Amino acid sequence: MSNDINQQFAVSIIVSNQSGTLTRISSLFSQRNFNIDSFTCGVTNNPEVSRMTITATGDVNKKEQLLKQITKLYDVKKVELMTCENTILRELLIAKVNAKGESLQTILDAANVFRSKVVDMSPESVCIEMTGESSKLNAFLTYIAPYGILEYCRTGLIAVERGSKCLYGVK
Amino acid sequence: MEQSGCQILIETLIEQGVTTIFGYPGGQVLNIYDELYKNKHRISHVLTAHEQGAAHAADGYSRSSGKVGVCLATSGPGATNLITGLATANADSIPMVAITGNVPMELIGSDSFQDVDTFGLSIPVTKHSFRVNTVETLAETVREAFRLAKSGRPGPVLVDIPKNIQIDKTEYSPMGIAEKIPDAKPNTALLDQALEMINNSKRPIVYCGGGVINGNCADVTTKLVEKTDAFMVCSMMGLTAMDNSHPKYLGMSGMHGRFAASKAISECDLVIAAGVRFTDRATGNRQKFAPNAKIIHLDIDSAEHGKNIDAALKIPGDLHFALSYITSKLEPQKHPQWEELVHSYKNKTKDFYAPDGYLLPWQIIAAVNQRAAPETNIATDVGQHQMWVAQYYNFKKPRTLQTSGGLGTMGYGMGAAIGAAMATGSKTVLFTGDGSFGMNLNELATAVSQNLPLIVVILNNGVLGMIRQWQNLFFQNHFMSSNLERKTDFVKLADAFGATGLRATNLTELNEALDQAFALASPVVIDCLIPDEENVFPMVPPNGSLENIILK
Repeated sequence: MSNDINQQFAVSIIVSNQSGTLTRISSLFSQRNFNIDSFTCGVTNNPEVSRMTITATGDVNKKEQLLKQITKLYDVKKVELMTCENTILRELLIAKVNAKGESLQTILDAANVFRSKVVDMSPESVCIEMTGESSKLNAFLTYIAPYGILEYCRTGLIAVERGSKCLYGVK
Repeated sequence: MEQSGCQILIETLIEQGVTTIFGYPGGQVLNIYDELYKNKHRISHVLTAHEQGAAHAADGYSRSSGKVGVCLATSGPGATNLITGLATANADSIPMVAITGNVPMELIGSDSFQDVDTFGLSIPVTKHSFRVNTVETLAETVREAFRLAKSGRPGPVLVDIPKNIQIDKTEYSPMGIAEKIPDAKPNTALLDQALEMINNSKRPIVYCGGGVINGNCADVTTKLVEKTDAFMVCSMMGLTAMDNSHPKYLGMSGMHGRFAASKAISECDLVIAAGVRFTDRATGNRQKFAPNAKIIHLDIDSAEHGKNIDAALKIPGDLHFALSYITSKLEPQKHPQWEELVHSYKNKTKDFYAPDGYLLPWQIIAAVNQRAAPETNIATDVGQHQMWVAQYYNFKKPRTLQTSGGLGTMGYGMGAAIGAAMATGSKTVLFTGDGSFGMNLNELATAVSQNLPLIVVILNNGVLGMIRQWQNLFFQNHFMSSNLERKTDFVKLADAFGATGLRATNLTELNEALDQAFALASPVVIDCLIPDEENVFPMVPPNGSLENIILK
C-alpha cells in the first residue's frame, strides 16, 4: 500500500489526570495541523490517569508524526495505535427522528434491525439510542434520513484491545 | 521550618544553581521581588526594559553558557510579553525556565486586573508548562521544570504561580540540583550499520545542527570529521560546532548557505546528520536535497526522524554517545578525490568575497573578527545582517553565537547579547540591522545599567534589507514598507541612553571606531552605513535547489 493514502486511525492515550492536559493534547493538533475526527476522554479505573481515544485521518507519515508528537508530551503516559483487527471499537448515537404518520413503524423496524433502543417517544418524534462501530451508525443514519432526522448526537469512538493485555497497568 | 511560597521559590532557584535572573516586577510578583530583595547577596536580578528582553536575555544566557536561563514576569501583559521569547527558545530547543506570577486562584478567570490565561498561552510555545495549585507542590514543580528544561531535547518550561501560593506557607527542605534525565543510549546495532555506511562512502559529509551545540558534541564532531575525512556542513544552529578555520569546515548550506557547502551536500554520497532537523530554509526543495546521498540521521528526538526527511538510517538517542561510538570504532578514512573536488568549489566562492570600495557587510564582519577573541560572543538579530554573519564570521568555539534560527525573531539580539555577556563575562558583539535594532533597542538601557562590555554594530542600510531583497527578486521592486524613511540618529540615541555612540561611513572610520569600542568595557553603538542595494548571496529561492542558486 502506498504511504500517501489517507486512512482513518484510532489512537488510545493515557494521560495524567490534571487540569490543562486536555488543552495540551488538543493544542497539539492545531499546532501540527492534524485534523481530529473524534475525541473522547474519560476517567479510568486508575484515578491518577484519564484515557482518551482520538480518531484522525492521514497518511502513514502523518500518523507516525502524530504518535511521536503525542508521545513527547509530558502528561502523556502511554500512546497506542489501535489496530482494527484486534480492537473493540464502539460509539454511541442518540438520534431524534421525525415519526409523524406512517413513518413510525418503519423507523421502529429499522431500530430493531440495527439492535438499538427506543429511549423516548412523542406524538411527532422518536429518540433512538444505538451503540456500535461508526460504520453501523452511519448505515442507520443513511437509512432513516428520508424520514427526517431532527437532530442527532454522537460520542466519537472509544477503543479497547481484545484479550487480557491492558494499555496501562494499575498502579 | 515553614516558609512562604516566595521564600521557597527563591530557595529552590538557588538550590538549582541559579545566580542570575532576568525580569520585570509587577503586581503579582511583588512578593517574589521582596524575597529577591532579602536575598540580594545570594541571587542577582537584572531588570530589563521589557519582559521580552528578559526572556531573550535568559535565552542568550543559556545558549552562551549551557546553563538554564531564568526569567521572571508578572501576570497579564508581563506574561504575554514573554511569549515571543519563549517561542524563540522553543524553536531552537534552548533550556530555560520562565516564572510568572498570577492573580490569586480565586480570581483566575474572572477577568480581574492583569488576569490572562498564561498557562493556555504558553502551551504551544513551551516544552511544558505548570500551574502551581498548592504551595506544597511548589518546590518539586520548580525542580521538575529545571529537570525537564535540560533533559532530552531541551526547551523552555514555564511555571505559573498564583499570588496566594506565593504567600501560603509550608515546610521546605533543600535538595540538590535536579539532574537531567539520562539520555537514551542509541542502539549499537544501528550504530554499527552507520559504521558500515561510512566505510562504504567515498564522498561523506558530516552535517551538524543545534543538537551538536546543545549536546556539547563539538569536540567529538571535529574528531569524527577528521577520522572520516569528511567535510563539515552545518545549519545555522550548528555554525559553532567546529572551529571555522578548520580545513574541513564548509559552513552553512541552504537558502543563504555558502556555495561550496551547498554544492558538497548535493554531490556527496553520505550525509551523517547530527542534531539537525532539515528545515525548509536549510534544505530547500526536499526532493532535491542531497540527491545522491544516503542519510544517517542522529537525533535525541525520534519525532524528528521522518518529519522532514526520510533518512536511510534513523538513530534516536544520546548524540554524544552515538558520535563517540562511531568515532572510536572507525578506521581512519582517506578521500583525496572528494577533498580535491570540494576544495575546487571552495576556491570558486572566493570571488564573492571581493571588496568594491564601499563599506560592505563582509568588511564590517571581518573587521570585528580581527579584533575578537575566540570566546567573544556574537549575537545577531534577524535578516540580511544575520545571514552575512553566518556566511562570513569565523567562529572558533561552540556557544559563541546567539541567533534566532527557527523562529527568526527580529528584536532577539539585544536581550540575547545582554544574557550572553552576563553569563560569560566576555566581550559581546551584537550585529544588528537598523530594522531589527528598532524593535528592542530599549534594552540598550539594560546594557548601560549593567555596564556590559557590549558592542552593538548596526548594519544600517535604511531599509528592511531582507524584505527589500525579496521584493527586489520576487516582487518586481515593489518596495512596500521596506524603506524605513526614519531620521533616527543612532549616535545621538546611544548617547541618550548613556552608551558611547560612533559612526562609520568607510573602512578607516570603521577601524577607528572598532579600536575604540574594543578598548572600552562599556556599551558602544557603532552605526555603520552600508548601501541599501546590497543583497545576500548566494541565494537558493524558497523550495528551490542548487539548480536555481542565485550567485550574484
